[in-house]
Order: sequence, then structure tokens, then C-alpha cells
Amino acid sequence: MSEEKYFPKSKIGQWFDSRLPLLSLMHHLRDYPTPKNLNYWWTFGGILTFCLITQIVTGLVLAMHYVAHVDLAFESIEHIMRNVNYGWLLRYVHANGASMFFLAVYIHIFRALFYGSYKSPREMIWILGMMIYILMMATAFMGYVLPWGQMSFWGATVITNLFSAIPLVGEGIVTWLWGGFAVANPTLTRFFSLHYFLPFLIFGLVVLHIWALHIPGNNNPVGIDIKKPSKDTVPFSPYIVVKDLYALIIFLIIFAGIVFFVPNILGHTDNYIKANPIVTPSHIVPEWYLLPFYAILRAIPSKLGGVMAMFGSLFILMIIPWLDTSKIRSAVFRPLYKIFFWVLVIDVLALGYLGAKVPEGWYLFFGRLATIYYFAHFLIIMPVLGYKEKTIPLPISISDPVLGEKTNLTTTNQKKTV
Amino acid sequence: MSSSYLILTTIIIFLLIFLYISWIFVSNEMENKKETGERRDFLYTASYALGAVGLGAAVWPLVDQMNPDASVKALSTTEVDISNIDVGKSITVLWRGKPVFIRRRTQEEIIESQNTKLTELKDPQKDQDRVKKPEWLVMLGVCTHLGCVPLGGKGDYKGWFCPCHGSHYDKSGRIRKGPAPTNLPIPKYEFVDNNTIKIG
Repeated sequence: MSEEKYFPKSKIGQWFDSRLPLLSLMHHLRDYPTPKNLNYWWTFGGILTFCLITQIVTGLVLAMHYVAHVDLAFESIEHIMRNVNYGWLLRYVHANGASMFFLAVYIHIFRALFYGSYKSPREMIWILGMMIYILMMATAFMGYVLPWGQMSFWGATVITNLFSAIPLVGEGIVTWLWGGFAVANPTLTRFFSLHYFLPFLIFGLVVLHIWALHIPGNNNPVGIDIKKPSKDTVPFSPYIVVKDLYALIIFLIIFAGIVFFVPNILGHTDNYIKANPIVTPSHIVPEWYLLPFYAILRAIPSKLGGVMAMFGSLFILMIIPWLDTSKIRSAVFRPLYKIFFWVLVIDVLALGYLGAKVPEGWYLFFGRLATIYYFAHFLIIMPVLGYKEKTIPLPISISDPVLGEKTNLTTTNQKKTV
Repeated sequence: MSSSYLILTTIIIFLLIFLYISWIFVSNEMENKKETGERRDFLYTASYALGAVGLGAAVWPLVDQMNPDASVKALSTTEVDISNIDVGKSITVLWRGKPVFIRRRTQEEIIESQNTKLTELKDPQKDQDRVKKPEWLVMLGVCTHLGCVPLGGKGDYKGWFCPCHGSHYDKSGRIRKGPAPTNLPIPKYEFVDNNTIKIG
């Protein structure tokens, strides 16, 4: 984005800014030109930043009362719930905050998939985003282990055992992860350490994610480049700030509704039973946000195959910018892709539903079908559509579909975009 | 393991000596050629190699601290009194944090397990190879799929059934159906006397 060079007005400001350009950075963030046609699906970036900060702040204070030891962890959680001032609130916000974080991140990811926000020149933003997403899953998984309930213990056992599928070194890796021959105290203490650390890594990646965003600027619902900054954009402050805040308030109403009225609706009752290494609960289910991948794991009738499919389903997302061969970004102008996009949404939701069911009979059959479709979407449909699809002509500018201005650009520019 | 650390440190020392000696050779040769470029290349490669080994030596303790510590390894054997187990009953004990099933099998179970055709099995193993005394079946109660504890007397083969992902084991603990790749493993154990088993 071409912006005017910024000079602080005051002498002291100039002195400071020439040594550490924080004021220039603030100015950039305030005046950062954003496409004026951004819709509410674009407010989730701000919501996610809020979620991350909420998790870090509540986590920081929960760590002041939590004890990472197999004999005390479960009791210390009850201590937080019953004795610590506002402990119940902090824990419910932190636990449900993770779910809200994932809800927002899924909407954010599907928005990017719909409007082609991962396409050139925004591949780095997408890849950084996927790294954040994978780290989020690791962090959430380790956080779920900390209360040391039955689901914590057996979830940790199953997930760490995934690595035992690796030929030759698998068993060694699992022992190394556990720090013993089963999930035990050494496992709990290291998970606590990593659960505390990883959010700061995520925070660092978020900074890079936003930095990478500010190089090409936002994508937009029409998916075409900004032609005239003065006509097609509005400054981030106050326009986007206010819009983001409005969306955040709506989001917070839902968040608060869950925290205050149904704080355990997304949890499992089994996790209010202390971990017992001899008894496995009759039905182990991961947290809802991991269910689609869990369904893929169980769809493959081989241990190594299932684990590879599960990790593959994540890493395939990394290379989407190169799997999608279409030059048109927004699905608004891609009638076929738009249909396949919604089929993918249904497919992922179906995988999530099937991930919570016992993998037998029809559940297993549909789990396999949905898994095949998931991979087919990215490996077959996406590359082929780019060549076969007949797209709708793009407008000449962002302002065009709104104001009906058709004469502000030459035909040569129009050719380039189609 | 501190021994690995010692090895790495030794490697560094030897590498240093090796570099010093080869440096003397190379510099002698270079004197005549007057080509400083090659000499620089050698220096770069040598410093990167040394740096990489040094970094490895520094990182290894950070990695190895996660492996089982001395106190965990110290708990590697468990002695179990089996005099109270009736025929057809089993108990579960903890060995190195993992459940171990000890089952006193009935005559029918033993015969059925011994007569199973190996061709029916996913991970073929004779029942005789899985026990020390046919009456006593001692095995890890850890599903070989993803580590859950299978439930006794359940599943299609009335042996064990894993509730997590649906693996069926027979009365000898051999995998018959489901995602688990191998039979329930047999730990190292011995009969100390007729009433005591030492696992580990």
C-alpha cells in the first residue's frame, strides 16, 4: 500500500520516532487503507486477537492457583472452582474461551476459502495462519490434559499414542513424550510448561500474520485488487475499528451466554472424574473442535494409515494456494466453486458429527465417504475447477458494483482481471 | 543419558584436533598456490561443521531431559501375589504406570485358544508362545492401537474389547478385528514361586 510518509508534529515526537518508529507504526495501523466493501465475515480477525489475549490473561491468573502434579491437579481445579475468588469465572472463561476461539478461527478459515484470500499475493498470510491453527490445536489439547480428569488422561494417552504408528522410532518417541512408560506425572508437568509457552509462540506468529497482511492489504468480497486507494478504501480507524467492535460485542454476548448459563455444555462429564490409569471411559471423544480430524483418523482401517490421513488432512491445507488453479479469488464469481465450497462445509460438519459417534456400521461407512470427499475436494476438485469452470465477469473496481461506475477504468485493465 | 553427552563432547574434541591437523596440511599446500579463495571455503565449511556439532551437543541435554528419569526407571519391576485369583477370574495390576492383566484361565479357554488356526489371525502367534504356564495369561492391558484399556469378556471373541476404537481380541489376547495392528503384548515376567509373579 502506498501511503504518505508520516512525520510527527511535535519536536519530541520527531526525536522519538527517528530513533524508534513506534509513532509511525501507530499511524500506519490507524490510517491503514482497507477496502470499503469488507463485510462482517472480515471482523473475525479482530475477534480472534481478542480471544488470544483473553486466553493469555485468564491462563496467566489460573496458573497462579493450579498445581501441575498428578496427586494435586484435579483437586487444585476444584479449589479454583470453589475457593479462589472468581475462580469459577476465570476457569469457565478460559475453558469456553478455547471453544469460542476455535469457533471464530473456523469461520475465519472458511471465509478465506470462500473469498480466495489465500491466493497470490497472500500465500504467506495463509501459511502463517495454518501454522497458528495447528499450534492452537496442540495448545488446546495440552490444556485439556491439565485438569487430570478421565478425559484428560485418556485423551492424552490416545493422542500421544498416535506417534507410536511411526515405524521404528515410534515407540521411542512416545516414551520420550511421556517421560516414562505411560502418561504420568512427567507428562503432566511438561504439558503444563508447553501449554504456558505455546500461546506466546502463537502471539509471535499472529504478529507475523498481521505484518504479512499489511504488505498486500486486505482481500475483499469482490476479490479484485484496489484500483484507486482514494475511491476504494476507507482508513482502518474509525471505520473498521467500529465495525470490528460491534461484531465483537455480538460475539461476546454469545460467549457470556455460554459462560454464565451453560458453562459445561461443551465439556464431558467424565472429566469430573479423577484420572484412573486402569479404567478407560466407555466412550472417548475429543473436544468438538478436533472431531473432524478424529473422524478421519478412525475412517482408515489401519493404524499408520489413519494417523497419516489425519496429519495429511491438516498439512494439505498448507498447500491450498497451489492446489487452487483458478485466477479468480472470490467465489461470488465462481458459480461451481461456490457450490463445492458449501459441500465442503457440510462435509466437514458431517465429519465432526461422525467423529463423536461409535465407528461402526453406517457411521463408519459415512465417515469413510466424508474422508474421501475431504481429500477429493482439495486434490481433485480445486485443481480441475480452475481450468474447467466458466466464471462470471469481474467488475472493474470495488466501487463499481456499489455505485455502478463503469467508465473509470480503461478496457486494457479490464482484460487483465478477467 | 549423560553417556551420550560425553560421546558428543568427545566428538567435538576429536573434531577440533582433526581440524587443526588438516588445517596444517591445507595451509601448507595453499602457501604455494596463493589461492585464498579455497582456504576461505575450507574455513567456512569447517566452522559450520564445528558449529553444527557444538549446537547438537548443547541441544541434546534439552532434548534428553524429557526421556524417562532415574526415578521412573527405578520402578521397573512389580511383584504380584496371585494366590487369591480363582479359576476364570482376572486381576489388573499397575506395572510402570501401565495396567497388566493377570488371568487364571479355565480349561475350555485354554483349549479354545490353543486350537485356534493361525491362518485366522491378523498377527499369527501360538497360544503356547504367549504363556509360561497355560493356566496363567499375563499380558499388558494396553490396546496396541492407541493405548486404551480393553474391557474383559467383551467383543466378538469374548476375550477383550477396546471401547475407544473398536478392536476385538480373543481369549488369548490376540487381535482379531479392528484397527489395532498387533496382539496384546506380553511383558517380561517370571514365576518367583507358585503364588508370586514378578513382572519386569
